[in-house]
Amino acid sequence: MFGYYLDLALRSLKRNRMLTALMVVAIALGIGACMTTLTVLHVLSGDPLPGKSARLYYPQIDPQDMDGYQPQNEPPLQVSWTDGMNLLHAKRADNQALMTGGSVPIQPEQSSLEPFYDDARYTTAGFFAMFEVPFLYGRAWSEADDDGSARVAVLSRKLNDKLFGGADSTGRTVRMEDVAFRVVGVIDDWRPNPHFYDLFSARYGGEESVFVPLTTAADLKFGRNGSMDCWGKGSGDNMKTATCTWLQLWVQLDSPAKAAAYKDFLIHYSQEQKAIGNFQRPPNVRLRNLMEWLDYAKVVPSDVRLQVWLALGFLLVCLVNTVGLMLAKFLRRSAELGVRRALGASRRSVFAQLLVEAGTVGLVGGLGGLLLAVAGLWLVRRQPVNYAALAHLDLPMLATTFLLAVGATLLAGLLPAWRACQVTPALQLKSN
Amino acid sequence: MKLHPMIAALRKHKAGVVLIALQIALTLAIVCNAIFIIGQRVERVGRPTGLDEGNLFVVSQQWVGAPSADTPDGVAKLDAMLKEDLATLRSLPGVASAAPINSLSLLNSTWAGALSTKPGTNFTDRGSNVRTAYYFTDEQVLPTLGLRLVAGRNFNAADVQNHGFREQFTYPVVIVTQALADKLYPKGDAVGKTIYVDGSSSPSTIVGVVARMQTPAVGWGDNFAWHATLVPVRLDANFTRVAVRAKPGQLEAAMKATAPALYQVNRLRVLDDDSVRPFTDIRAKAYRADVGMAVLMGVICLILIGVTAAGIVGLTSFWVGQRHRQIGVRRALGARRIDILHYFQMENLLIAGAGAVIGIVMAVGLNMWLMSRYEMDRLPVFYALIGVVAVLALGQCAVFVPARRASNVPPVVATRAA
Repeated sequence: MFGYYLDLALRSLKRNRMLTALMVVAIALGIGACMTTLTVLHVLSGDPLPGKSARLYYPQIDPQDMDGYQPQNEPPLQVSWTDGMNLLHAKRADNQALMTGGSVPIQPEQSSLEPFYDDARYTTAGFFAMFEVPFLYGRAWSEADDDGSARVAVLSRKLNDKLFGGADSTGRTVRMEDVAFRVVGVIDDWRPNPHFYDLFSARYGGEESVFVPLTTAADLKFGRNGSMDCWGKGSGDNMKTATCTWLQLWVQLDSPAKAAAYKDFLIHYSQEQKAIGNFQRPPNVRLRNLMEWLDYAKVVPSDVRLQVWLALGFLLVCLVNTVGLMLAKFLRRSAELGVRRALGASRRSVFAQLLVEAGTVGLVGGLGGLLLAVAGLWLVRRQPVNYAALAHLDLPMLATTFLLAVGATLLAGLLPAWRACQVTPALQLKSN
Repeated sequence: MKLHPMIAALRKHKAGVVLIALQIALTLAIVCNAIFIIGQRVERVGRPTGLDEGNLFVVSQQWVGAPSADTPDGVAKLDAMLKEDLATLRSLPGVASAAPINSLSLLNSTWAGALSTKPGTNFTDRGSNVRTAYYFTDEQVLPTLGLRLVAGRNFNAADVQNHGFREQFTYPVVIVTQALADKLYPKGDAVGKTIYVDGSSSPSTIVGVVARMQTPAVGWGDNFAWHATLVPVRLDANFTRVAVRAKPGQLEAAMKATAPALYQVNRLRVLDDDSVRPFTDIRAKAYRADVGMAVLMGVICLILIGVTAAGIVGLTSFWVGQRHRQIGVRRALGARRIDILHYFQMENLLIAGAGAVIGIVMAVGLNMWLMSRYEMDRLPVFYALIGVVAVLALGQCAVFVPARRASNVPPVVATRAA
């Protein structure tokens, strides 16, 4: 029966090409706009570390003085050196790392290469295991390296290609800011998006070329990037004693019980610091997991959300348009449908026939929408925004496109089809 | 023309009428809000920074193996290197003037603080403080950036100090923008008055007021976009930034000559493709997201209007086909072509008018919803009114072709069997 209905649908669609084209184009435009914006939203609000993100937490404490104190305020977004180091060394979590971003001048040994600045991450040994960073050669540095401010570095694959032609460079030397660093490892391509662990330097597309121990970078006064908030005496020239928050602390907590215990520990730590006079405010702590943190930090640009709503509104108008056109089309065929009914077709089968026709329009529209979405994403990728390169259609979104297109047109076909199968066969036959 | 028979006729097509009206209403609601957003973005992008943008370029570079900015000795060396660079840039043939500066309008690297007319205030307290962004520069800044002095005087060479960028230092004299001066001293007598920076208790004197200068912060700093403070201090660090004004028509040449000249002075620096940028480039980069959004909204609006117009054409054509015989009867009974044309135009006006009324309600509702979720202002009434006029006009344009076809139906149709 389905094949016959399909044949009927195609015949009917061919009969009135303009109207058909109008419906297909409207559906295609609506679906195309929706899928383009939804794909961008989907990519931007994705989980950067699937499978692990639920166990990663971002602790926040409030070490500020009483100036401008409001009980309901959120604690600072980062931690100070003192607190970061205290919490790091307390080792209450299953894994932990303290970090900030920066850029360092790299002086290649080859005379053919000019010195250049590259993005760096100053962090602690736990970073690599906690974030499951894949290693190409060598391994991460040890905690002893952290404690001793060792001159060691981990390179990205890209930098290793540039400096050492892609060879295993472990044990070799890289000069940064006139200091020789021993390469201990090279990581494979690793580019989590969003750049969740440090939203202050880059939200999307962030990628570091070189990793060095935080203690080493602090001792050598390497230039840092990102955001810094100060109170009281402020920064001065020694960041280790500065009353500023400028570091990101991440901890891994493998069970909810451990997370609850860690939160208690943070409150306890704040109370202890207040007792000895380092903190002035009452304990004010947060322990958000990775996805909660991204949500809180509003990492997805609000323009992207606005675009999705705009596209959904657009699709709605296109669908209303299609309902109207389909209604006109189906009612025009009242006579033909009357003949079918008179020859014994049930309402149900006439309804099915019309829905097959609507579905066909949806399928063709969906195909067109897919092409438009591909074109739209290509346009998005050409935009000079930092998330541009990420805008690609993946399989789930591809399937969603078709489901949305066919589902929406079937929905749009329901009312016209229902109205059309209400025709009284006798009346239609008589008037002809 | 009587409306009564028209409404009676429309009752026969309830579903179609409701659908067209709904489509018009939705289109009006979306297009009104989208055009409002476009207008806001265009206004943001178009606002002048107060700088002479056309001839301006910026040189940002970093030293390699530079002395530390945390020792007096290092600061002195860094300052000597900066002064050498400045002298080199100023002596280039295509350069009119140059000034060191820590950031520039729209550059999104902000040294923010707060000014108060009282000493020792808590500077996080918004009541007694005005937010500002500092520019650390020298006496060449006004001619270089093309800022217009409206009161007081420019800095002179004796005002200019130098400090390591992490040092704590005082600001004996400052120049502020008109907007900032008005906020601090609403009576308009800011020149010669004292202010206190960042809650400090050491006074700073306002020596001059410039007409307009935008802060570097785009987006988060929009609420203090015109509150700039100029401080005559050369900041010494392992990176330097210099604003350079080229002689008219010599921007390209001056930019091209910059890197070789600087390398000749000192090779130990990082000066790549991004280091020498014309201001037009900085402006384009600062607002590209806004421009992109405006273009996207514009395209969607156009397509939306197109789809709605096509929908009206489609449905009206169908109705014309359906009422072929009735039209013939009316013509045979003496209706003129123009009557038939007017009938369909009137009918469309009725439907579009109903749609527009619903549309205004939806537009306001959508606007309120957007205001609650995103940073949006209230939709001005005239946007809604323009929207109404636009959809009515759109409806009339769309209905014209099918209505004309209807008016061409000959009276003889009435005599034929359907």
